[in-house]
Amino acid sequence: MRVLVLLALAFVAGPAVAQQPAPPVVPQIVDDSIPRSLTGRPGDAARGRAIVASRSVGLCLLCHSGPITEERFQGDLAPSLAGAGSRWSEGQLRLRIVDGSRLNADTIMPAYYRIEGLHRVARNFEGRTILTAAQVEDVVAYLVTLRD
Amino acid sequence: MTARLLVIGLALVFAASYAAAQVGADKRRSGYQDMGEALQKMQDDDTANPGMLFVQLGGQLWNRAVGAADKSCADCHGDAAVSMKGVAARYPAIPQGSDRPVDLEGRINLCRTEHQKAEPLPPENRDLLALAVYVAHQSRDLQIAPPYDPRLDAFRREGAEIYRLRQGQLNLSCAICHDDNAGKKLAGIVIPEAHPTGYPIYRLEWQALGSLKRRLRNCLVGIRAEAWPLDAPEYVALELYLMQRARGLKLETPAVRP
Ligand code: HEC
Ligand code: HEC
Repeated sequence: MRVLVLLALAFVAGPAVAQQPAPPVVPQIVDDSIPRSLTGRPGDAARGRAIVASRSVGLCLLCHSGPITEERFQGDLAPSLAGAGSRWSEGQLRLRIVDGSRLNADTIMPAYYRIEGLHRVARNFEGRTILTAAQVEDVVAYLVTLRD
Repeated sequence: MTARLLVIGLALVFAASYAAAQVGADKRRSGYQDMGEALQKMQDDDTANPGMLFVQLGGQLWNRAVGAADKSCADCHGDAAVSMKGVAARYPAIPQGSDRPVDLEGRINLCRTEHQKAEPLPPENRDLLALAVYVAHQSRDLQIAPPYDPRLDAFRREGAEIYRLRQGQLNLSCAICHDDNAGKKLAGIVIPEAHPTGYPIYRLEWQALGSLKRRLRNCLVGIRAEAWPLDAPEYVALELYLMQRARGLKLETPAVRP
Protein backbone atom coordinates (compact mmCIF):
# COMPACT_ATOMS: atom_id res chain seq x y z
CA MET A 1 0.00 0.00 0.00
CA ARG A 2 2.85 2.40 0.89
CA VAL A 3 4.32 1.67 -2.50
CA LEU A 4 1.06 2.58 -4.17
CA VAL A 5 0.85 5.89 -2.39
CA LEU A 6 4.37 6.71 -3.51
CA LEU A 7 3.54 5.75 -7.07
CA ALA A 8 0.60 8.07 -6.91
CA LEU A 9 2.76 10.88 -5.60
CA ALA A 10 5.26 10.42 -8.37
CA PHE A 11 2.69 11.57 -10.86
CA VAL A 12 0.88 14.23 -8.88
CA ALA A 13 1.46 17.67 -10.33
CA GLY A 14 -1.28 19.86 -8.90
CA PRO A 15 -1.44 23.61 -8.70
CA ALA A 16 -0.08 23.48 -5.16
CA VAL A 17 3.41 22.86 -6.51
CA ALA A 18 3.31 25.57 -9.18
CA GLN A 19 6.26 27.90 -8.90
CA GLN A 20 6.19 31.67 -8.81
CA PRO A 21 6.50 33.42 -12.17
CA ALA A 22 10.12 33.70 -13.17
CA PRO A 23 11.75 36.84 -11.79
CA PRO A 24 13.58 38.76 -14.48
CA VAL A 25 16.93 37.08 -13.94
CA VAL A 26 18.92 36.51 -17.10
CA PRO A 27 21.58 33.89 -16.34
CA GLN A 28 24.98 34.86 -17.76
CA ILE A 29 26.51 31.86 -19.46
CA VAL A 30 30.31 31.80 -19.74
CA ASP A 31 31.65 28.80 -21.69
CA ASP A 32 30.08 25.73 -20.08
CA SER A 33 28.97 27.39 -16.87
CA ILE A 34 27.03 30.13 -15.15
CA PRO A 35 29.65 31.47 -12.72
CA ARG A 36 27.43 33.95 -10.83
CA SER A 37 24.56 33.19 -8.48
CA LEU A 38 21.16 33.90 -10.05
CA THR A 39 20.11 35.77 -6.92
CA GLY A 40 23.44 37.38 -6.10
CA ARG A 41 23.46 35.36 -2.87
CA PRO A 42 24.62 31.85 -2.05
CA GLY A 43 21.95 29.15 -1.74
CA ASP A 44 21.17 27.00 1.27
CA ALA A 45 22.37 23.39 0.96
CA ALA A 46 19.84 21.96 3.46
CA ARG A 47 16.93 23.49 1.58
CA GLY A 48 18.51 22.28 -1.65
CA ARG A 49 18.61 18.73 -0.37
CA ALA A 50 14.90 18.90 0.46
CA ILE A 51 14.15 20.20 -3.04
CA VAL A 52 16.17 17.42 -4.68
CA ALA A 53 14.42 14.81 -2.51
CA SER A 54 10.93 16.12 -3.23
CA ARG A 55 8.82 14.38 -5.84
CA SER A 56 6.71 17.44 -6.46
CA VAL A 57 9.32 20.23 -6.34
CA GLY A 58 12.72 19.08 -7.64
CA LEU A 59 11.56 15.81 -9.24
CA CYS A 60 15.25 14.91 -9.48
CA LEU A 61 14.85 11.41 -8.02
CA LEU A 62 12.32 10.51 -10.69
CA CYS A 63 15.34 10.07 -12.97
CA HIS A 64 18.43 10.18 -10.73
CA SER A 65 19.54 8.27 -7.72
CA GLY A 66 21.47 10.07 -5.04
CA PRO A 67 22.79 9.82 -1.49
CA ILE A 68 19.33 10.47 0.00
CA THR A 69 18.74 7.17 1.75
CA GLU A 70 15.31 7.95 3.22
CA GLU A 71 13.91 8.07 -0.32
CA ARG A 72 13.60 4.44 -1.27
CA PHE A 73 12.16 5.03 -4.73
CA GLN A 74 14.78 6.55 -6.95
CA GLY A 75 15.18 6.53 -10.70
CA ASP A 76 17.81 5.05 -12.98
CA LEU A 77 17.29 7.08 -16.15
CA ALA A 78 20.26 9.29 -15.31
CA PRO A 79 23.67 9.11 -13.59
CA SER A 80 23.76 9.10 -9.79
CA LEU A 81 24.08 12.52 -8.20
CA ALA A 82 26.66 11.13 -5.78
CA GLY A 83 29.96 12.85 -6.43
CA ALA A 84 28.48 15.53 -8.69
CA GLY A 85 30.32 18.19 -6.68
CA SER A 86 33.66 16.52 -7.40
CA ARG A 87 32.99 16.21 -11.11
CA TRP A 88 31.67 19.68 -11.76
CA SER A 89 32.32 23.23 -10.60
CA GLU A 90 29.56 25.28 -8.98
CA GLY A 91 29.09 27.24 -12.20
CA GLN A 92 28.88 24.09 -14.32
CA LEU A 93 26.28 22.64 -11.97
CA ARG A 94 24.27 25.88 -12.17
CA LEU A 95 24.15 25.75 -15.97
CA ARG A 96 23.19 22.06 -15.82
CA ILE A 97 20.18 22.90 -13.65
CA VAL A 98 19.20 26.10 -15.45
CA ASP A 99 19.30 24.58 -18.93
CA GLY A 100 21.13 21.31 -19.56
CA SER A 101 20.33 21.52 -23.25
CA ARG A 102 23.16 24.08 -23.52
CA LEU A 103 25.56 21.22 -22.72
CA ASN A 104 23.78 18.37 -24.49
CA ALA A 105 21.18 19.43 -27.03
CA ASP A 106 19.35 16.08 -26.78
CA THR A 107 19.32 15.78 -23.01
CA ILE A 108 16.08 14.53 -21.48
CA MET A 109 16.79 16.46 -18.28
CA PRO A 110 14.27 19.30 -17.99
CA ALA A 111 15.58 22.88 -18.02
CA TYR A 112 14.69 24.09 -14.54
CA TYR A 113 15.06 27.81 -15.23
CA ARG A 114 13.84 28.35 -18.78
CA ILE A 115 10.39 29.09 -20.11
CA GLU A 116 10.89 29.40 -23.84
CA GLY A 117 10.96 26.56 -26.36
CA LEU A 118 8.35 24.44 -24.56
CA HIS A 119 5.16 23.01 -26.08
CA ARG A 120 1.68 22.48 -24.66
CA VAL A 121 2.61 23.42 -21.09
CA ALA A 122 -0.33 22.91 -18.70
CA ARG A 123 -2.12 26.16 -17.99
CA ASN A 124 -1.21 26.19 -14.30
CA PHE A 125 2.51 25.97 -15.15
CA GLU A 126 2.48 28.24 -18.20
CA GLY A 127 5.12 30.98 -18.06
CA ARG A 128 6.64 29.57 -14.88
CA THR A 129 10.04 28.00 -14.44
CA ILE A 130 10.16 24.61 -12.70
CA LEU A 131 12.29 26.11 -9.92
CA THR A 132 12.66 29.74 -8.84
CA ALA A 133 16.07 31.41 -9.01
CA ALA A 134 16.41 31.00 -5.22
CA GLN A 135 15.54 27.29 -5.45
CA VAL A 136 18.11 26.80 -8.21
CA GLU A 137 20.72 28.33 -5.91
CA ASP A 138 19.66 26.04 -3.05
CA VAL A 139 19.98 22.99 -5.29
CA VAL A 140 23.39 24.12 -6.55
CA ALA A 141 24.56 24.71 -2.97
CA TYR A 142 23.54 21.13 -2.13
CA LEU A 143 25.10 19.55 -5.24
CA VAL A 144 28.43 21.24 -4.48
CA THR A 145 28.55 19.30 -1.19
CA LEU A 146 28.24 15.94 -2.97
CA ARG A 147 31.92 14.99 -3.05
CA ASP A 148 33.37 11.52 -3.18
CA MET B 1 13.64 -36.33 -56.88
CA THR B 2 16.19 -36.24 -54.07
CA ALA B 3 17.25 -32.78 -55.25
CA ARG B 4 13.66 -31.60 -55.01
CA LEU B 5 13.30 -33.09 -51.55
CA LEU B 6 16.53 -31.41 -50.54
CA VAL B 7 15.26 -28.06 -51.79
CA ILE B 8 11.99 -28.48 -49.96
CA GLY B 9 13.85 -29.63 -46.87
CA LEU B 10 16.16 -26.63 -46.97
CA ALA B 11 13.21 -24.31 -47.54
CA LEU B 12 11.52 -25.76 -44.48
CA VAL B 13 14.66 -25.32 -42.40
CA PHE B 14 14.97 -21.71 -43.52
CA ALA B 15 11.31 -21.01 -42.90
CA ALA B 16 11.59 -22.47 -39.42
CA SER B 17 14.71 -20.49 -38.54
CA TYR B 18 13.17 -17.35 -40.05
CA ALA B 19 10.12 -17.83 -37.86
CA ALA B 20 12.35 -18.45 -34.85
CA ALA B 21 14.34 -15.29 -35.65
CA GLN B 22 11.08 -13.35 -35.88
CA VAL B 23 9.99 -14.64 -32.49
CA GLY B 24 13.42 -13.87 -31.10
CA ALA B 25 13.37 -10.39 -32.57
CA ASP B 26 10.05 -9.50 -30.98
CA LYS B 27 11.04 -8.29 -27.55
CA ARG B 28 7.91 -6.23 -26.98
CA ARG B 29 6.48 -6.56 -23.50
CA SER B 30 3.00 -5.93 -22.20
CA GLY B 31 2.72 -3.90 -19.01
CA TYR B 32 1.59 -7.20 -17.51
CA GLN B 33 5.13 -8.53 -17.69
CA ASP B 34 6.43 -5.52 -15.77
CA MET B 35 4.07 -5.94 -12.79
CA GLY B 36 4.74 -7.91 -9.64
CA GLU B 37 3.61 -11.51 -9.40
CA ALA B 38 0.78 -10.65 -6.98
CA LEU B 39 -0.82 -8.30 -9.50
CA GLN B 40 -0.35 -10.78 -12.33
CA LYS B 41 -2.20 -13.37 -10.25
CA MET B 42 -4.97 -10.88 -9.50
CA GLN B 43 -5.40 -10.21 -13.22
CA ASP B 44 -5.32 -13.90 -14.16
CA ASP B 45 -7.86 -15.04 -11.59
CA ASP B 46 -11.36 -14.05 -12.73
CA THR B 47 -12.67 -14.31 -9.18
CA ALA B 48 -10.01 -11.88 -7.91
CA ASN B 49 -9.83 -9.49 -10.88
CA PRO B 50 -11.96 -6.44 -9.95
CA GLY B 51 -12.44 -5.72 -13.66
CA MET B 52 -14.59 -8.84 -13.97
CA LEU B 53 -17.33 -7.20 -11.89
CA PHE B 54 -17.60 -4.56 -14.60
CA VAL B 55 -17.61 -7.23 -17.30
CA GLN B 56 -20.63 -8.74 -15.53
CA LEU B 57 -22.33 -5.38 -15.28
CA GLY B 58 -21.61 -4.82 -18.98
CA GLY B 59 -23.27 -8.15 -19.77
CA GLN B 60 -26.43 -7.00 -18.04
CA LEU B 61 -26.40 -3.66 -19.84
CA TRP B 62 -25.86 -5.49 -23.15
CA ASN B 63 -29.26 -7.12 -22.74
CA ARG B 64 -31.14 -4.09 -21.38
CA ALA B 65 -33.45 -2.21 -23.78
CA VAL B 66 -32.90 1.57 -23.62
CA GLY B 67 -33.75 4.75 -25.50
CA ALA B 68 -36.70 5.84 -27.59
CA ALA B 69 -36.14 2.80 -29.83
CA ASP B 70 -36.45 0.54 -26.77
CA LYS B 71 -33.73 -1.74 -28.11
CA SER B 72 -30.87 -3.51 -26.36
CA CYS B 73 -27.41 -4.11 -27.84
CA ALA B 74 -28.37 -7.81 -28.00
CA ASP B 75 -31.43 -7.00 -30.14
CA CYS B 76 -29.10 -5.97 -32.95
CA HIS B 77 -25.90 -7.92 -32.19
CA GLY B 78 -27.16 -11.11 -30.55
CA ASP B 79 -24.63 -13.10 -28.57
CA ALA B 80 -21.63 -10.90 -27.84
CA ALA B 81 -19.37 -13.95 -27.53
CA VAL B 82 -19.90 -14.41 -31.26
CA SER B 83 -20.61 -10.96 -32.68
CA MET B 84 -18.10 -8.98 -30.61
CA LYS B 85 -15.20 -11.43 -30.81
CA GLY B 86 -12.20 -9.63 -32.32
CA VAL B 87 -13.86 -6.22 -32.46
CA ALA B 88 -11.68 -4.58 -29.79
CA ALA B 89 -8.59 -6.00 -31.52
CA ARG B 90 -9.25 -3.84 -34.59
CA TYR B 91 -10.37 -0.54 -33.04
CA PRO B 92 -10.20 2.49 -33.44
CA ALA B 93 -11.94 2.34 -36.81
CA ILE B 94 -13.90 4.60 -39.15
CA PRO B 95 -17.66 4.02 -38.84
CA GLN B 96 -19.72 3.69 -42.02
CA GLY B 97 -20.73 7.04 -43.46
CA SER B 98 -18.03 8.89 -41.49
CA ASP B 99 -14.51 10.01 -42.31
CA ARG B 100 -13.08 10.13 -38.78
CA PRO B 101 -12.07 7.22 -36.57
CA VAL B 102 -13.77 6.50 -33.26
CA ASP B 103 -12.58 4.38 -30.36
CA LEU B 104 -14.67 1.59 -28.89
CA GLU B 105 -16.44 3.91 -26.45
CA GLY B 106 -17.20 6.25 -29.35
CA ARG B 107 -18.65 3.35 -31.34
CA ILE B 108 -20.85 2.33 -28.41
CA ASN B 109 -22.16 5.89 -28.14
CA LEU B 110 -22.90 5.90 -31.89
CA CYS B 111 -25.03 2.79 -31.40
CA ARG B 112 -26.83 4.53 -28.56
CA THR B 113 -27.63 7.69 -30.48
CA GLU B 114 -28.29 6.15 -33.91
CA HIS B 115 -29.89 2.80 -33.11
CA GLN B 116 -31.17 3.00 -29.56
CA LYS B 117 -32.17 6.67 -29.82
CA ALA B 118 -30.65 7.25 -26.40
CA GLU B 119 -28.38 9.95 -25.01
CA PRO B 120 -24.64 9.33 -25.44
CA LEU B 121 -22.93 8.39 -22.17
CA PRO B 122 -20.30 10.85 -20.89
CA PRO B 123 -16.59 9.89 -20.88
CA GLU B 124 -15.53 7.60 -17.99
CA ASN B 125 -19.20 7.01 -17.13
CA ARG B 126 -19.55 3.70 -15.28
CA ASP B 127 -22.04 2.16 -17.74
CA LEU B 128 -19.98 3.22 -20.75
CA LEU B 129 -16.84 1.65 -19.27
CA ALA B 130 -18.79 -1.49 -18.35
CA LEU B 131 -20.10 -1.88 -21.90
CA ALA B 132 -16.63 -1.20 -23.34
CA VAL B 133 -14.95 -3.69 -21.00
CA TYR B 134 -17.64 -6.29 -21.79
CA VAL B 135 -17.14 -5.89 -25.53
CA ALA B 136 -13.32 -5.83 -25.25
CA HIS B 137 -13.36 -8.89 -22.99
CA GLN B 138 -14.79 -10.89 -25.93
CA SER B 139 -11.36 -10.41 -27.58
CA ARG B 140 -9.29 -11.56 -24.61
CA ASP B 141 -6.28 -13.60 -25.80
CA LEU B 142 -6.74 -12.47 -29.40
CA GLN B 143 -3.91 -10.63 -31.12
CA ILE B 144 -4.17 -6.90 -31.72
CA ALA B 145 -4.91 -6.62 -35.45
CA PRO B 146 -5.39 -3.09 -36.80
CA PRO B 147 -7.30 -3.28 -40.09
CA TYR B 148 -5.84 -2.21 -43.41
CA ASP B 149 -7.55 1.09 -44.09
CA PRO B 150 -5.54 3.82 -45.83
CA ARG B 151 -8.01 6.41 -44.54
CA LEU B 152 -6.56 5.78 -41.08
CA ASP B 153 -2.99 6.61 -42.10
CA ALA B 154 -3.22 10.36 -41.58
CA PHE B 155 -4.75 9.92 -38.12
CA ARG B 156 -2.13 7.34 -37.16
CA ARG B 157 0.60 9.70 -38.33
CA GLU B 158 -0.87 12.42 -36.16
CA GLY B 159 -0.73 9.99 -33.23
CA ALA B 160 2.90 9.18 -33.99
CA GLU B 161 3.72 12.90 -34.06
CA ILE B 162 2.09 13.49 -30.68
CA TYR B 163 3.97 10.45 -29.36
CA ARG B 164 7.29 12.00 -30.34
CA LEU B 165 6.52 15.61 -29.39
CA ARG B 166 8.43 16.92 -26.40
CA GLN B 167 5.79 18.65 -24.34
CA GLY B 168 4.82 20.02 -20.97
CA GLN B 169 6.89 21.95 -18.47
CA LEU B 170 9.16 18.90 -18.10
CA ASN B 171 9.71 18.87 -21.87
CA LEU B 172 9.42 15.08 -22.24
CA SER B 173 7.82 12.94 -24.95
CA CYS B 174 6.01 9.63 -24.77
CA ALA B 175 8.87 8.18 -26.85
CA ILE B 176 11.54 9.33 -24.39
CA CYS B 177 9.94 7.31 -21.62
CA HIS B 178 8.26 4.43 -23.42
CA ASP B 179 10.75 3.77 -26.29
CA ASP B 180 14.11 5.05 -25.06
CA ASN B 181 13.76 4.31 -21.34
CA ALA B 182 11.21 1.49 -21.10
CA GLY B 183 12.29 -1.06 -18.51
CA LYS B 184 14.22 1.55 -16.54
CA LYS B 185 12.95 2.97 -13.29
CA LEU B 186 11.18 6.27 -12.91
CA ALA B 187 11.27 6.90 -9.17
CA GLY B 188 11.26 3.17 -8.57
CA ILE B 189 8.47 2.36 -11.05
CA VAL B 190 9.39 0.26 -14.05
CA ILE B 191 8.45 2.27 -17.15
CA PRO B 192 6.28 -0.01 -19.32
CA GLU B 193 6.36 0.01 -23.13
CA ALA B 194 2.89 1.57 -23.22
CA HIS B 195 1.08 -1.14 -25.14
CA PRO B 196 -2.69 -0.69 -24.85
CA THR B 197 -3.26 -4.39 -24.27
CA GLY B 198 -5.73 -4.40 -21.43
CA TYR B 199 -8.14 -1.45 -21.64
CA PRO B 200 -10.36 -0.51 -19.95
CA ILE B 201 -8.12 -1.43 -17.00
CA TYR B 202 -8.70 -1.71 -13.29
CA ARG B 203 -5.97 0.48 -11.83
CA LEU B 204 -5.23 0.12 -8.12
CA GLU B 205 -4.15 3.75 -7.88
CA TRP B 206 -7.58 4.80 -9.15
CA GLN B 207 -9.48 2.13 -7.22
CA ALA B 208 -11.63 2.05 -10.33
CA LEU B 209 -11.97 0.95 -13.90
CA GLY B 210 -10.66 3.54 -16.36
CA SER B 211 -10.14 4.03 -20.05
CA LEU B 212 -6.95 4.36 -22.07
CA LYS B 213 -7.72 8.08 -22.33
CA ARG B 214 -7.64 8.39 -18.58
CA ARG B 215 -4.26 6.61 -18.49
CA LEU B 216 -2.87 8.91 -21.19
CA ARG B 217 -4.12 11.95 -19.28
CA ASN B 218 -2.19 10.74 -16.23
CA CYS B 219 1.02 10.66 -18.27
CA LEU B 220 0.33 14.14 -19.69
CA VAL B 221 -0.37 15.57 -16.25
CA GLY B 222 2.82 13.89 -15.01
CA ILE B 223 4.93 15.88 -17.45
CA ARG B 224 2.84 19.00 -16.74
CA ALA B 225 1.43 19.15 -20.26
CA GLU B 226 -2.04 20.46 -21.01
CA ALA B 227 -4.28 17.37 -21.15
CA TRP B 228 -6.89 17.38 -23.92
CA PRO B 229 -10.53 17.04 -22.87
CA LEU B 230 -11.57 13.38 -22.73
CA ASP B 231 -13.57 13.60 -25.96
CA ALA B 232 -10.66 15.07 -27.97
CA PRO B 233 -9.64 13.39 -31.27
CA GLU B 234 -5.99 13.46 -30.18
CA TYR B 235 -6.57 10.46 -27.90
CA VAL B 236 -8.06 8.47 -30.78
CA ALA B 237 -5.02 9.37 -32.92
CA LEU B 238 -2.65 8.26 -30.14
CA GLU B 239 -4.61 5.03 -29.66
CA LEU B 240 -4.39 4.28 -33.39
CA TYR B 241 -0.64 4.70 -33.25
CA LEU B 242 -0.26 2.68 -30.03
CA MET B 243 -2.41 -0.18 -31.43
CA GLN B 244 -0.27 -0.27 -34.58
CA ARG B 245 2.84 -0.38 -32.39
CA ALA B 246 1.30 -3.24 -30.39
CA ARG B 247 0.10 -5.21 -33.42
CA GLY B 248 0.24 -8.93 -32.68
CA LEU B 249 0.34 -8.61 -28.88
CA LYS B 250 -2.52 -10.30 -27.04
CA LEU B 251 -5.43 -8.43 -25.54
CA GLU B 252 -5.87 -8.96 -21.79
CA THR B 253 -9.04 -7.00 -21.03
CA PRO B 254 -9.84 -6.50 -18.23
CA ALA B 255 -6.20 -5.91 -17.20
CA VAL B 256 -5.12 -4.92 -13.71
CA ARG B 257 -2.41 -2.30 -13.34
CA PRO B 258 -0.76 -0.66 -10.30
C1 HEC C 1 13.69 13.50 -16.77
C2 HEC C 1 14.97 13.13 -16.26
C3 HEC C 1 15.79 14.02 -15.34
C4 HEC C 1 15.37 14.80 -14.28
C5 HEC C 1 13.95 14.99 -13.76
C6 HEC C 1 16.58 15.41 -13.74
N1 HEC C 1 17.67 14.98 -14.45
FE1 HEC C 1 19.62 15.50 -14.07
N2 HEC C 1 20.24 14.42 -15.72
C7 HEC C 1 19.41 13.63 -16.49
C8 HEC C 1 20.22 12.93 -17.46
C9 HEC C 1 19.70 11.93 -18.51
C10 HEC C 1 21.57 13.34 -17.26
C11 HEC C 1 22.81 12.85 -18.03
C12 HEC C 1 23.45 13.90 -18.87
C13 HEC C 1 22.58 14.39 -20.02
O1 HEC C 1 21.75 13.65 -20.57
O2 HEC C 1 22.69 15.58 -20.34
C14 HEC C 1 21.52 14.28 -16.15
C15 HEC C 1 22.66 14.90 -15.61
C16 HEC C 1 22.67 15.59 -14.41
C17 HEC C 1 23.88 16.04 -13.74
C18 HEC C 1 25.29 15.78 -14.19
C19 HEC C 1 25.60 14.40 -13.69
C20 HEC C 1 27.04 14.00 -13.87
O3 HEC C 1 27.71 13.80 -12.88
O4 HEC C 1 27.47 13.90 -15.02
C21 HEC C 1 23.47 16.65 -12.57
C22 HEC C 1 24.37 17.25 -11.51
C23 HEC C 1 22.04 16.60 -12.54
N3 HEC C 1 21.58 15.96 -13.67
C24 HEC C 1 21.26 17.09 -11.51
C25 HEC C 1 19.86 17.06 -11.48
C26 HEC C 1 19.07 17.69 -10.45
C27 HEC C 1 19.64 18.37 -9.21
C28 HEC C 1 17.77 17.52 -10.79
C29 HEC C 1 16.51 18.08 -10.13
C30 HEC C 1 16.52 19.44 -9.71
C31 HEC C 1 17.74 16.73 -12.01
N4 HEC C 1 19.04 16.49 -12.40
C32 HEC C 1 16.60 16.28 -12.65
C33 HEC C 1 18.04 13.48 -16.36
C34 HEC C 1 17.24 14.14 -15.42
C1 HEC D 1 8.12 10.69 -17.59
C2 HEC D 1 7.82 9.41 -18.16
C3 HEC D 1 6.58 9.20 -18.98
C4 HEC D 1 6.10 9.94 -20.04
C5 HEC D 1 6.71 11.17 -20.66
C6 HEC D 1 4.90 9.27 -20.50
N1 HEC D 1 4.66 8.18 -19.73
FE1 HEC D 1 3.22 6.76 -20.07
N2 HEC D 1 3.77 5.80 -18.33
C7 HEC D 1 4.84 6.13 -17.54
C8 HEC D 1 4.90 5.25 -16.40
C9 HEC D 1 5.95 5.27 -15.29
C10 HEC D 1 3.80 4.37 -16.54
C11 HEC D 1 3.37 3.23 -15.62
C12 HEC D 1 3.42 3.52 -14.19
C13 HEC D 1 2.22 4.19 -13.65
O1 HEC D 1 1.30 3.48 -13.30
O2 HEC D 1 2.22 5.43 -13.57
C14 HEC D 1 3.12 4.74 -17.78
C15 HEC D 1 2.01 4.06 -18.31
C16 HEC D 1 1.53 4.26 -19.61
C17 HEC D 1 0.58 3.39 -20.26
C18 HEC D 1 -0.08 2.15 -19.65
C19 HEC D 1 0.58 0.87 -20.08
C20 HEC D 1 -0.15 -0.36 -19.55
O3 HEC D 1 0.49 -1.39 -19.43
O4 HEC D 1 -1.33 -0.30 -19.29
C21 HEC D 1 0.36 3.91 -21.51
C22 HEC D 1 -0.57 3.35 -22.57
C23 HEC D 1 1.19 5.11 -21.62
N3 HEC D 1 1.89 5.27 -20.45
C24 HEC D 1 1.25 5.93 -22.74
C25 HEC D 1 1.91 7.18 -22.77
C26 HEC D 1 1.78 8.15 -23.83
C27 HEC D 1 0.96 7.96 -25.09
C28 HEC D 1 2.53 9.24 -23.47
C29 HEC D 1 2.63 10.58 -24.12
C30 HEC D 1 1.42 11.32 -24.31
C31 HEC D 1 3.18 8.91 -22.22
N4 HEC D 1 2.76 7.66 -21.82
C32 HEC D 1 4.11 9.71 -21.56
C33 HEC D 1 5.77 7.14 -17.78
C34 HEC D 1 5.65 8.11 -18.78
